[in-house]
Amino acid sequence: MTARTRTRVFLAAMAGLAAFYVWGLTGLPGFGSYPGPYGYILDHVAVLQTNATGVVSAINFSYRGIDTLGEEFILFIAATGVSTVLRHLRGEREESAGAAALRAEGPAPSDATRQATVLFVGPVMVMGWFLGSHAQTSPSGGFQGGVILATAFILIYLAGQFLAFRRLSPVPLTDAVGAVGAGGFAVIGLAAVAQGLPYLYNFLPLGSVPGAVSSSGTIALISFFVGVEVAAAFVLIVSELLEQTLLVEAER
Amino acid sequence: MQILPFVVVVWIFAVGLYGVVTSRHLMHLIMCLIVVQSSTYVLLLGVGYRRGAVAPYFSDIPARTPAVDPVVQALALTDVVVEAAVTALLLALAIQAHKRFGTLDPHELVELSG
Repeated sequence: MTARTRTRVFLAAMAGLAAFYVWGLTGLPGFGSYPGPYGYILDHVAVLQTNATGVVSAINFSYRGIDTLGEEFILFIAATGVSTVLRHLRGEREESAGAAALRAEGPAPSDATRQATVLFVGPVMVMGWFLGSHAQTSPSGGFQGGVILATAFILIYLAGQFLAFRRLSPVPLTDAVGAVGAGGFAVIGLAAVAQGLPYLYNFLPLGSVPGAVSSSGTIALISFFVGVEVAAAFVLIVSELLEQTLLVEAER
Repeated sequence: MQILPFVVVVWIFAVGLYGVVTSRHLMHLIMCLIVVQSSTYVLLLGVGYRRGAVAPYFSDIPARTPAVDPVVQALALTDVVVEAAVTALLLALAIQAHKRFGTLDPHELVELSG
């Protein structure tokens, strides 16, 4: 298909979409007056039922817990998928990978870059832990906290320390940590079943103060495990991609 | 009826899709796909908005305060995670395509494989 026919097909499709979209809009409640009941019911009962003041987290890790379990495994499988897709070529040069990475580190980053990134590692890690452990109180949670935790590791790479980055997050360890995070979520659900309760039922004490760090039972715990899994998955994905970049550069 | 947010949604979607259709580089194509998916965030958050309502976090406000729909916000979170997963896989595949065929131009890739 030439570029011109491609654009023509696209424009025709867009015209069709626009027609249906406008038709759909005419039947839609206006912006700001959504009548769907579930969200508003949850806004009013979630704090009372779970002692979590962050209703989005309460939904993610309790009311919609089973969906989030699937979501967590999507990320887990994506990390596995990236490793699998990139596996073949890495195997070819497994022996020289370390030496190649050393050569490919290229010109060292400036002192300013190095100091700024190293300076950020600590605060970023604290922020990641904070977000991962405060899902029940504020707009945060394991997904957000995990990504920021992973960023702390990537900062080490930005400081020009690819080998230090690899040493701190060796693939087997990262794999194991990720598996513990993903498995922990599933096991918390099973722990409820073992007590004769529904899967992922919030069986832990909810605490007496809504929004306290110790409140909300399994919500906080699940968020923590999700954070661990997400951090491991992102570190794994980034380190697999980085390894490829460095190897490609080394070949030139 | 205020429809501007929904117009923005379809605009982001169309711009991203135009990029996908006309792309001459796989990295550019993946970025455009991210733009397409970004339209769903605006849609989800736009659908759940309620005039005069606050964010669904009750740590320092009374529990009866009107808040926006938290369900669509939770869905937006899922959306972000799925996008991250899809992007990671696509980037890995693009690397493999480059290694195997020495090009990242989708048109050339079609010619090489076909």
